[in-house]
Amino acid sequence: MTLQSSGKTFAYARTGANTMNTMTRSMSGDDVSTTATSTGSAKLKVNNLNFHYGDFQALKQISLEIPSNQVTAFIGPSGCGKSTLLRCFNRIHDLYPGLRTDGEILLNGQNINDKRIDIHLLRARIGMVFQKPTPFPMTVFDNIAFGVKLYERLSSRDMEERVEWALKKAALWDEVKDKLRKNGQSLSGGQQQRLCIARTIAVKPEVILLDEPTSALDPISTGYIEDLINELKQDYTIAMVTHNMQQAARVSDVTAFMYLGEMVECGPTDGIFTHPEKKQTEDYITGRYG
Amino acid sequence: MSTHTSTHLTPSNPVYRRRRMLNRLVMLFCVSAAAFGILWLLLILFSLVTKGITALDVTVFTERTRMTGGGLGNAILGSLIMTSLATVAGTIVGVAAGTWLAEYGGQSRLANLTRFINDVLLSAPSIIVGLYIYAIVVLPTGHFSGWAGVAALSVLIIPVVIRATEDMLRLVPNTLREAASALGAHRWWVVCKVCYGGARAGITTGILLGCARISGETAPLIFTSLNTNQWNFFDLGSEMPNLPMTLYQNMTINSFIPRQVELAWAGALILTVAILVLNILARVIAERKKG
Amino acid sequence: MLLDATPGEQAALRREHRRDRFFELSTRGFALLVLVLLATILGSLIVSGWPALAKFGWGFFTEDRWAANLNRFGALPAIYGTLVTSAIAVAIAVPVSLGIAIFLTEKCPRALRRPLGTTVELLAGVPSIIYGMWGVEVLAPFLQSHFPSLFPAGTGLTTAGLILAVMIIPFITAITRDVMQTVPPMMRESAYGLGCTTWEVTRHVIFPSVKAGMVGGVILGLGRALGETMAVTFVIGNNLFFNPTITGQGTSIAALIANQFPEADGLQRSALLALGLMLFVITFIVLALARVMLNRMDQRAPK
Repeated sequence: MTLQSSGKTFAYARTGANTMNTMTRSMSGDDVSTTATSTGSAKLKVNNLNFHYGDFQALKQISLEIPSNQVTAFIGPSGCGKSTLLRCFNRIHDLYPGLRTDGEILLNGQNINDKRIDIHLLRARIGMVFQKPTPFPMTVFDNIAFGVKLYERLSSRDMEERVEWALKKAALWDEVKDKLRKNGQSLSGGQQQRLCIARTIAVKPEVILLDEPTSALDPISTGYIEDLINELKQDYTIAMVTHNMQQAARVSDVTAFMYLGEMVECGPTDGIFTHPEKKQTEDYITGRYG
Repeated sequence: MSTHTSTHLTPSNPVYRRRRMLNRLVMLFCVSAAAFGILWLLLILFSLVTKGITALDVTVFTERTRMTGGGLGNAILGSLIMTSLATVAGTIVGVAAGTWLAEYGGQSRLANLTRFINDVLLSAPSIIVGLYIYAIVVLPTGHFSGWAGVAALSVLIIPVVIRATEDMLRLVPNTLREAASALGAHRWWVVCKVCYGGARAGITTGILLGCARISGETAPLIFTSLNTNQWNFFDLGSEMPNLPMTLYQNMTINSFIPRQVELAWAGALILTVAILVLNILARVIAERKKG
Repeated sequence: MLLDATPGEQAALRREHRRDRFFELSTRGFALLVLVLLATILGSLIVSGWPALAKFGWGFFTEDRWAANLNRFGALPAIYGTLVTSAIAVAIAVPVSLGIAIFLTEKCPRALRRPLGTTVELLAGVPSIIYGMWGVEVLAPFLQSHFPSLFPAGTGLTTAGLILAVMIIPFITAITRDVMQTVPPMMRESAYGLGCTTWEVTRHVIFPSVKAGMVGGVILGLGRALGETMAVTFVIGNNLFFNPTITGQGTSIAALIANQFPEADGLQRSALLALGLMLFVITFIVLALARVMLNRMDQRAPK
């Protein structure tokens, strides 16, 4: 089987409670009948996205939909482009010169690669949590207030409430409520990562991107974060990259398998893990390469 | 075969003996070089302390310099004023320029050129800086002044601060910048709140080291602030007394007066101790950050 | 508005955008100041030194005496003194510094390594005037009383070279030690693992991989010696006639400027500024060379 999948669309859309049946996939090169049943519930929609690091093409004709209020997991071997794709969603690549994106990414129907889009506001709408915890060199409180202050003028009372709300949402409040004036970098690794999640939530984004959020954490902290992800999808759309297939199976509703910069297969997690359509996916899941 | 190997590897093997001999000779040289260098430096410190301490008393700090006798009070004060002002000015310019190089300049041609020129200015002879300020400040205004001294010292400290700021900002991991940007922060806010927070200790160390360097500079002051025997509190428009120039004059044109030479050594001790304290403080700050 | 920005957000964006622009432009302005600095240093020295250069032409560099009372200004004694003192300083300081650096990185007992290393670095910060004072008060009388045939006055080019050597030893040692420490321990250990002696490891493994950095450090030390004023002025003798020996009294560019400038006027001042211009050009070339070497080193150093 060849890897030629340019132009293919892997769409998964959710309608009501019956998520599994309404999903439509088109897998073969010949069958291009893309049926995005209800674009309304797709939070992010990617059309023919290409990405280049200088001369190297890291993403090739990616198309997919990320459904609202669900967890979408991106899996694949190292270097397959899954993190690169995630980082396109909030255009963090723009920080570095020499990187080129073309194609569309629609957030609520607006193309975020449009010149008129303000990337700062975009990033306030689409939050991101990184591989390693990245607490800022300031107090726990200021770590959370940092993002809020960017777009909102809150009284100190309201700010305290907002910080408490975010920390509670990130299941960290009980552990740090007496340490709000301590340096954020003094917390443990797992706490730091939840602090970063709280910081992201505090800005009230619509989408949260998680880039291997537990790869630097111990199993107990990982468990906390996974529970948290389950909670958060009530209010947010979540897209996460993970190198851990068990994690993808445990927490995600939709799984996308990528290989060498291409989207190989994308569908409901149950389906991908029990009846993968493509042999490559099956090989990866059963551990033949990766 | 095995017998061959064993004779081959005995200590009496001539090749091995020659190598060992050479190694011993070189190592002997290294140890004696270290001893030689350190001995010489200890000799200097020894003279400095013994000669300096005999002349040191309270009047050195309270009395002003005079033709004969007196103290060093006005010179110490003048040096403090000029060094602090130059450090403040150098910090503002240096931190700003270093920030641009680290955060905005990238590998652009302008940034690389600036970086290169700055590195060269970092070790340019200080006497040239004195001549430069003489030509652009003292000549047009027609007189030596504290401001000219401050300008010369600022020019000397700016490259130090630029280098330290750039290096320290580069040590701030990019993931922190990404994390702050991912919340929707603009670049300037990321730099001011996050990057400076992480680089603060390192930049402070750089500023202190720069301050230590300019406090001992003599050559540029000869053509700028000159020196005077009077107290000068904050009249930077006129000549400013200062410690390095006083040492220089006491050891040259006034060296026939024994008391002036004694005072010069006392001043040298005070200057060296102050510079060592600044250096040690800088190191402590840098270490504490690491640990 | 795109992304459904609320009025509050729009205002915040406009405000932040303005500040961002202001921040970048102002920091860039300060960075450009460095280039302005270089340009004005060169410009001011050329303009103020021009009268002398125009009057004497190439003779300025070959005339063998500097006599203010006769309005004859020749830079040869000063150029000669600068080159000789710096050469003596580098010739002594380089082997000694290398020895100390090898001792510190390879042979020094662990407990002594840090204190000794820190001492060397602290000594690099002692102001040069202290070295000068020590030279005139201790070293010169010592040389005069013990080697009267070589140093009849105690002061002279060699005395100045010695003082300069002592002054740049800590400096070169600190840089050499820094670059030697960039060699990965694995490389060093694998060479020791072959049975190499300490000297062989240093000579064949460490030196080749940090050559550029060490040469850069030495040239940086040379640059410092060339432009040093205070350590030299006290002990060089201030003889304004060309004296082609290496132990005799002489002068250097920096010492000549420091000595004569306060009383100089008119053509003499212009001649001194022209000397300053020459010193700046020489040190600029030397330092630029050092930077090129050190930068090449930086690019290869493991992060």
